[in-house]
Amino acid sequence: MSNHAWLLLGLYLVILLALVRPVGSYMADVMEGRGFAVRLGGRFESLLYRLSGIRQDEEMSWLKYALAILFFNVLGVIAVYALQRLQIWLPLNPQAMAAVTPDSSFNTGISFATNTNWQGYSGESTMSYLTQMLGLAVQNFFSAATGIVVVIALIRGFARHTAKTIGNAWVDLTRITLYVLLPISFVYAIFLVSQGAIQNFDAYKDVTTIEVTKYDNPKNGPDGQPLKDEKGNPVTEPAETQMQTLPMGPVASQEAIKMLGTNGGGFFNANSAHPYENPTPLSNFVQMLSIFLIPGALCLTFGKMVGDRRQGWAVLAAMTLMFAVMAFTAMHYEAQGNPVLSQFGIDPSAGNMEGKETRFGIADSGLFATITTLASCGAVNGMHDSFMPMGGFVPLWNMMLGEVVFGGVGSGLYGMLVFAVMAVFIAGLMIGRTPEYIGKKIEAYDMKMVSIAILVTPILVLALTAVAVMSADGIAGVANPGAHGFSEILYAFTSAANNNGSAFAGLSANTPFYNVMTAIGMWFGRFGVIVPVLALAGALAAKKRITASAGTMPTHGPLFVVLLIGTVVLVGALNYVPALALGPVIEHLTLFAH
Amino acid sequence: MSHKTLAMFDPVLVKPAIVDSFKKLNPVVQWRNPVMFVVFVGSILTTALWVQALAGQGEAPAGFILAVALWLWFTVLFANFAEALAEGRSKAQAASLRSLKKETWAKKLKGPHATAEWITVPATELRKGDLVLVHANETIPADGEVIEGVASVDESAITGESAPVIRESGGDFSAVTGGTRVLSDWIVVRVTVNPGETFVDRMIAMVESAKRQKTPNEIALTILLVALTIVFLVVTVTLLPYSMFSVDVAKAGTPVTITTLIALLVCLIPTTIAGLLSAIGVAGMSRMMQANVIATSGRAVEAAGDVDVLLLDKTGTITLGNRQASGFLPADGVREADLASAAQLASLADETPEGRSIMVLAKQKFNLRERDIQSLEAQFIHFSAQTRMSGVDVHGKQIRKGAADAIRKHVEDLGGSMPMSVLGIVEDVARRGSTPLVVSEGTKVLGVVELKDIVKGGIKERFAELRRMGIRTIMITGDNRLTAAAIAAEAGVDDFLAEATPEAKLALIRQHQSEGRLVAMTGDGTNDAPALAQADVAVAMNTGTQAAKEAGNMVDLDSNPTKLIEVVETGKQMLMTRGSLTTFSIANDVAKYFAIIPAAFVTTYPQLEALNIMHLASPASAILSAVIFNALIIMFLIPLALKGVRYRPLGAAVLLRKNLLVYGLGGLVAPFIGIKIIDLLIAGVGLA
Repeated sequence: MSNHAWLLLGLYLVILLALVRPVGSYMADVMEGRGFAVRLGGRFESLLYRLSGIRQDEEMSWLKYALAILFFNVLGVIAVYALQRLQIWLPLNPQAMAAVTPDSSFNTGISFATNTNWQGYSGESTMSYLTQMLGLAVQNFFSAATGIVVVIALIRGFARHTAKTIGNAWVDLTRITLYVLLPISFVYAIFLVSQGAIQNFDAYKDVTTIEVTKYDNPKNGPDGQPLKDEKGNPVTEPAETQMQTLPMGPVASQEAIKMLGTNGGGFFNANSAHPYENPTPLSNFVQMLSIFLIPGALCLTFGKMVGDRRQGWAVLAAMTLMFAVMAFTAMHYEAQGNPVLSQFGIDPSAGNMEGKETRFGIADSGLFATITTLASCGAVNGMHDSFMPMGGFVPLWNMMLGEVVFGGVGSGLYGMLVFAVMAVFIAGLMIGRTPEYIGKKIEAYDMKMVSIAILVTPILVLALTAVAVMSADGIAGVANPGAHGFSEILYAFTSAANNNGSAFAGLSANTPFYNVMTAIGMWFGRFGVIVPVLALAGALAAKKRITASAGTMPTHGPLFVVLLIGTVVLVGALNYVPALALGPVIEHLTLFAH
Repeated sequence: MSHKTLAMFDPVLVKPAIVDSFKKLNPVVQWRNPVMFVVFVGSILTTALWVQALAGQGEAPAGFILAVALWLWFTVLFANFAEALAEGRSKAQAASLRSLKKETWAKKLKGPHATAEWITVPATELRKGDLVLVHANETIPADGEVIEGVASVDESAITGESAPVIRESGGDFSAVTGGTRVLSDWIVVRVTVNPGETFVDRMIAMVESAKRQKTPNEIALTILLVALTIVFLVVTVTLLPYSMFSVDVAKAGTPVTITTLIALLVCLIPTTIAGLLSAIGVAGMSRMMQANVIATSGRAVEAAGDVDVLLLDKTGTITLGNRQASGFLPADGVREADLASAAQLASLADETPEGRSIMVLAKQKFNLRERDIQSLEAQFIHFSAQTRMSGVDVHGKQIRKGAADAIRKHVEDLGGSMPMSVLGIVEDVARRGSTPLVVSEGTKVLGVVELKDIVKGGIKERFAELRRMGIRTIMITGDNRLTAAAIAAEAGVDDFLAEATPEAKLALIRQHQSEGRLVAMTGDGTNDAPALAQADVAVAMNTGTQAAKEAGNMVDLDSNPTKLIEVVETGKQMLMTRGSLTTFSIANDVAKYFAIIPAAFVTTYPQLEALNIMHLASPASAILSAVIFNALIIMFLIPLALKGVRYRPLGAAVLLRKNLLVYGLGGLVAPFIGIKIIDLLIAGVGLA
């Protein structure tokens, strides 16, 4: 790893850890209805509740809370679906984008409601500005808010005792959006504009380039699928052009919440590799920071709300350690040259520049890839498909950990807390007591919910991948031959079911088959976890709180951090090792066989 | 109860256990343990595949499939054996209990006194409320309460304690247990239970049904194990299409065989802990029986491991039941030796331990020899509840000893008075936590004998140990605060409740519970019953009243109040054994992946040989070695499951680090070594 890479990683960690504490503390205040922001906005907030007929002080049981969340998100799916299907008749569509196909609209609706932001379409050639702003950007806020309020409800489960309720979903959603997501996004968007991100409603601009661009144009068959020769390689024809169309749009405002809410759905197909989305190395650095900001800060929100800050720091420490190792791995392997290219006399010391933006280079792309896949963000500033096998293994493995290392906003922490409960359950037995975490005894019902929450995603990933490799429609989308083709399918479903949304590319996923299959993965990967997590919250809130003694297993020390990391890694490994062996591991062994 | 402890693999136990292992192959029995049921189905499937291979349509060589099938059957049988062995031990205990239930005859009385007419009836026909007369050398026919008479009773059949105990009507020593034998005198017993509900019946039911009722924690663990099994089922089932796809794209090799997939599945699912889980539970109950504690449910034993607060009676638990004289404190103008001499005289006929200790002290300090009682021509005044003093009239002198207010009344009645200085001494002594005994001669108060509570040897260390376990100890005493504080400090308890009334005890327990603590206590008297019922873990003394026994959830047959500590340790052991074996079981999977994954796909991707870090001889031997290891490890761990992981009072963090190292890291490393050794053996013999 280069000095630049070390410096980058070090600086990133220092700034991140300095920021999470105040933000975490602020979020705890907001969610408990305290602090200056709530006082300032209280009037406006009350007005909103009066207008929508919500009783602010009415608390909900876990089931009511879960139903409210589900209802809210189903509405979101319908809204996004309708906007896409009707965009041709709606305003703010200077390029006259046609109605999106039903299966793609359905997939995108689910994708943005579940905070996955898997994109089978490419934004600049599919979506009107209205759809982008009112559909996708709004869902970026709401899906992020959903994740956060669910973890807040779970934290309340730990913090409360002998309580029947876990909060009011509508109030929680309003507060987190009003006092946290909106203000930060506002400032953040202005910063992005200052760096060169665009924000307009103009029609696309055609410009003549100085250089003549020569490229290989992939040929599509009559069914819209890429054509392949007998070896399975895509068929291309040479082409050249001096004309470029520059897409326009309200980019900065959507970009801010895309990163802050770990959504990751780019305005453009190139996502954060596009200069209008991510113009400078500084904006790139801030984008990386903003991905981890809320997931990291929530750990400390957790510590503050349960009344023991050390608990929050311990969880954060486990996440940070795992992140550092994965970041190192990705940056290290990308800094190695591709041995196949080296044979042709290409200097391997430059590392693997294939699929990377020259503005960012290897270290910034490797780090970005690690962050975006750990955090279930899914924004990309380079093509993961072109990473070295082990470099590409990192994003895949990161997602397989279950998006709990920082993870999505809210979803990362609730996932991690579920793992913590599981770790405590097994280890707690080893010290001869009924296991307890944050003063709550872990009993049969809790273990049932924890098991469901941990099982849902791997089962979805493995089963959907199996269906895909068995069906003609599934295999048809694979662009690359051999084990890499398997990796592409595995990556797609891992990304969908873990609500990451990043793509390995190479897979033609905008087909009815993949649109429906990934939508299933995304929806159940999201709410198949949220519902048991809320049930767990309800069960925990109803329990008595046990005072800690010398016989209680401490869950704030280094030992617990190691235990938590071990549990997350072991569960991830046991679930996915066979599948990984047939994908990236084989690719790596093949590439470096000699 | 028999105290003969059988060796772990005593042939007496092993032979029926082997038979039982086969009997347990019944699918209905297997279904109770979902994880082992999966292995059971896997065994049937591989056997079917073997038959298919014999018919010439096998997916792999018939010999290989047979070997896998056989070892899968062994896995099921080994788990059955572990359970059967544990059950066998309990059954042996139950059998020795049942022998107590030999046919006895009872003298059923027609009226509520010993002189009433009686008829002989079989013990099994006695109902609650019946009155029976029991003479010397007769067996008490049922559990009950003495309402008339005093007798010495041999309870060794229940407690293992050979010294006879006294049972008399009224008070805390009135309860008798069916099956025990009256040694001398006679008693009238009111039967308190109906047939089939007697204490011995409950014990037998408990021991025999130990395997049927899962404890709350066992249920939670089973859920986790089933969840793991489901996920591994999906992992292995999806491998078939993955493998077919890989064969397609790589255009090499053959898809993975069903036999290999079943082998992989069985290796991955937590068979080690699942196979031993019920054995651990049964063994835990068995250990309680060996400690002579009868728990009414496994739940209670488990709860014992979680106890945060221990309420202990001072007398008998923390201090020896008896106080001992520790000093003579004379009044002004009285020589200490004179006080000692008077005190010794007054205690000559006093057979109580306190009286004895005065004699001993007088002899030690002033070499006052015991005087011959006959030659003194003395008249002894025995202690009575009315006068609350005892003493001797000798040579016209009235020597008395007793509580301060009793002596004061006595001397004032004779026209004397209690000197202020003596009152001061009395107060000092009480403040030190001792009991003052005032001695007078005629109207003259000679001084005070200090009777000290003697804290049991080793008890302080025991409390320190409990503190390290994270358990607070609270001493309960009827003494005043001063006395209580002094003894509490000496014994090293964390807190005390002085001037304890039943209400105060109950309030204390409730307060701790509301603060989220689990409370354990021991008790014997009827007035302990409300507190026993409120406590989370309540151990009643077997010598205690029926009310106390019914309120508690455990009965200590030895009536040893410090037994609570052992109960807590047994509870912890049960949980620790489960946790340790679960960790071990899951950690094992890493090595099994390294053995099976390369072997399963090496025909498609020869590069995967790089993952064969154990350098196992061939794909077949790799798979077989993993399966054999998986089966044998159950056998290896049976002794650990039955004995339990040793509990050391080290504090949670240290204990966790230690066990994580042994069972986590050990579980990671051990199978690498085990599988390699088995592979070497297989390759050496040339089987695969």
